[in-house]
Amino acid sequence: MTSPPALEAAHLTLAYESRQVAHDLDVSIPDGAVTVILGPNACGKSTLLRALARLLRPKTGQVLLHGQDVQRLTPKELARRLGLLPQSSAAPAGITVADLVGRGRFPHQRMLRQWSHEDEAAVARALAATGVAELADRAVEELSGGQRQRVWIALILAQETPVLLLDEPTTYLDISHQLEVLELCRRLNRDQGRTVVLVLHDLNQAARYADHLVVLRDGTVAATGAPKTVLTEQLLHDVFRLEARVITDPVFGTPLVIPIAARDSAAG
Amino acid sequence: MWRVGHTSLVISPRLVTITVVLLVVGAALGVTAMTLGTLRLSFGEVIAAVVDTSGNAQHDRVVRSLRLPRVVTAIFAGAALGVSGAIFQSVSRNALGSPDVIGFTTGAATGAIVQIVVFQADALQVSLGAVAGGLLTAAVVYLLSRRAGVTGGYRLILTGIGVSAVLGAVNGLLLVTGDLDQAFTANLWLSGSLDARSWTHALPVTVGVLVVVPLVLPLARRASLIEMGDDLAQQLGVRVERTRVLLMLAAVALAGLATGAAGPIAFIALAAPQLVVRLTGWRRMPVVSAAAMGGCLLMLADTVTRLLPITAAVPIGRVTGIIGGLYLIWMLTRAKQV
Repeated sequence: MTSPPALEAAHLTLAYESRQVAHDLDVSIPDGAVTVILGPNACGKSTLLRALARLLRPKTGQVLLHGQDVQRLTPKELARRLGLLPQSSAAPAGITVADLVGRGRFPHQRMLRQWSHEDEAAVARALAATGVAELADRAVEELSGGQRQRVWIALILAQETPVLLLDEPTTYLDISHQLEVLELCRRLNRDQGRTVVLVLHDLNQAARYADHLVVLRDGTVAATGAPKTVLTEQLLHDVFRLEARVITDPVFGTPLVIPIAARDSAAG
Repeated sequence: MWRVGHTSLVISPRLVTITVVLLVVGAALGVTAMTLGTLRLSFGEVIAAVVDTSGNAQHDRVVRSLRLPRVVTAIFAGAALGVSGAIFQSVSRNALGSPDVIGFTTGAATGAIVQIVVFQADALQVSLGAVAGGLLTAAVVYLLSRRAGVTGGYRLILTGIGVSAVLGAVNGLLLVTGDLDQAFTANLWLSGSLDARSWTHALPVTVGVLVVVPLVLPLARRASLIEMGDDLAQQLGVRVERTRVLLMLAAVALAGLATGAAGPIAFIALAAPQLVVRLTGWRRMPVVSAAAMGGCLLMLADTVTRLLPITAAVPIGRVTGIIGGLYLIWMLTRAKQV
C-alpha cells in the first residue's frame, strides 16, 4: 500500500463483561479500497467492527482513523468521518424513506441548524446512489427486504463519511438482492473513492468483491491480503475446518471456493 | 420546516396546529371547571376573578384560592405525566413504557404513604416524599435492568413490573400497620384526588414542568435516534447512555411531582403521547404536544367526573384508572407487537 491505512488497530484487547473476544489484535484497513472481514461464527468480526467505530471501548490498545486516535474525537466529529451500519436497526413506525435517510445527517446538524441546504442535497445524493429516490415518500415498513436494506445504507451514505463499515449487509437477503448490495458497495468505492469495510459470510462473494481480505479466527488475524493470496485450501482447512477445492472463477478470475465437506475438529 | 439564513428548525405545521388547539381546549376546560361547584359562577365571573379583582370578594376568594389551584394542579400534573410517558415510551421502545406500568408511580406512592403513616407529614412533605420515592424506585429499577452499562427495552419494563409488585405489597402493609386515621388519609391519597388542592400542591409541579420540559426539548431528537438502536444512534454521534440517563431523570422527576401533587394517576402518561402521535403523525418523541395532551386529558377527566350525577366525590385517580385499564386492554388486543 502506498497511502497510509484508513484504519489501524494496534494491540487491541476486546471484551464484553467478562468474556474476552480478542487479545493483542493488530488490523490494518487500506485507504480507498474494499476490505472484507471473514471468519467463522463467533470469531469476533462484529466485535472488531464495533471497536473500529468506537462502539466498544477496547480494554487495551488503540484505534487510529487516518492516523488519529478515535478516542480523542468527539462523538459527532467521529460520526462525520466514519459511518457504521449495524446488523439490525429498527425503523420507527410509519416513518418515510426520506425521513429515515435524513436522520443520517444528525452529525452535521446543530440545535439551531436542523435542516440545511447541504442536508437536503446529501439526502438526495444518498437516495440516488442507492436507487431508492422514487421510494422517498413511501413508508419504510411497506418496503421489501432488499429495498429496506438499501434505505439503511442510504442513511449511512447521507452521513457523508469517507469511511464506511457495514456489518453483514447481505444477511436475510435473497441472492439477487445480495449482489445488488455488493455492487452498490463497489460503486461507492470505485465512483466516490470511499473506504468500504464489509463483514460477509459468503467466501466467493468476498473473493469477488474484496480488494483486501482480513480473515479472523478466535480473535486473532489468521491471514490478511489480496483474495488470491489469502484464500487457499490450507487456510480454509485451518480457519473454517472446511475441506475444499479452490479454483479460478471462470467468469471473474477471482478465487472460487468449492466446499467438499466440513471437518469436525477431532478429525481435522 | 423553518429556515432563515443558516438557522433552520424542523417543525411540522400539523404538530403546531394540534398543540395550539390542545392548549386552547385545556384553557377552556379549565375555565368551565371553575364555574362548577356549590357557588355557581358564569364564565365572565370566573375570568374576571382570575385576571383582575372582580369587585366581588367572595368570587375572588373562591376562584383564586380554591378553584384556580385545582385547575392549575390538574393541567400541570397532566402535562408532567404526558411528558414522562413520552420519555419512557421512547427509552423503552415500547408503548407500555409509562411510569405507572413500570413502577415509578407505585414507588412515589410508597414515599408518600411513609410520610403520611410514619411521619404524619403535611402536604408539601408528602409531595417531597413522593418525588423521593419515585427517584429511589427509578434508581433501583435502572440498576437492576442494567447490563454491560446499557439499559432500555423489555428488561426495563419487566424489571419495573417486578419492582412495582413488591412496592404494591409494601404499600398495603404500611396501610395496615398505621393507625386508622392515618391509614384513612393515606388511602384517600392513594385514590388520587384533585379535591381540596391548594397552591402548596399546585406550585411544585407547575415549576417542575416549566423548568424540566425546556431541558427535555433539545434531547428529543437524540431520543428518536436512540429508538432506532443503540449502535446506530451512537455511530451517528449520540452519547447514548448519557442521554438516556438524563431523559429518565427528567421523566422520573416529572412523574414524582405529578404524583406528589395529585396522588397516583393512571392512564395519562400511557395514553397522552400515543394520542398525540396518532393525531399529528409526528415521528419523533413528542414533548410540548404530549404535555398539552396530558394537561387536557386530566382536566377533561376531572371536569367529566364532577359533572357525573353522583353525590359522593369520585376520586380522579380511580376514574383514570378504569379508563386506562380499558384502554390498555384494547391496545393489547389490537397490537401487532407489544
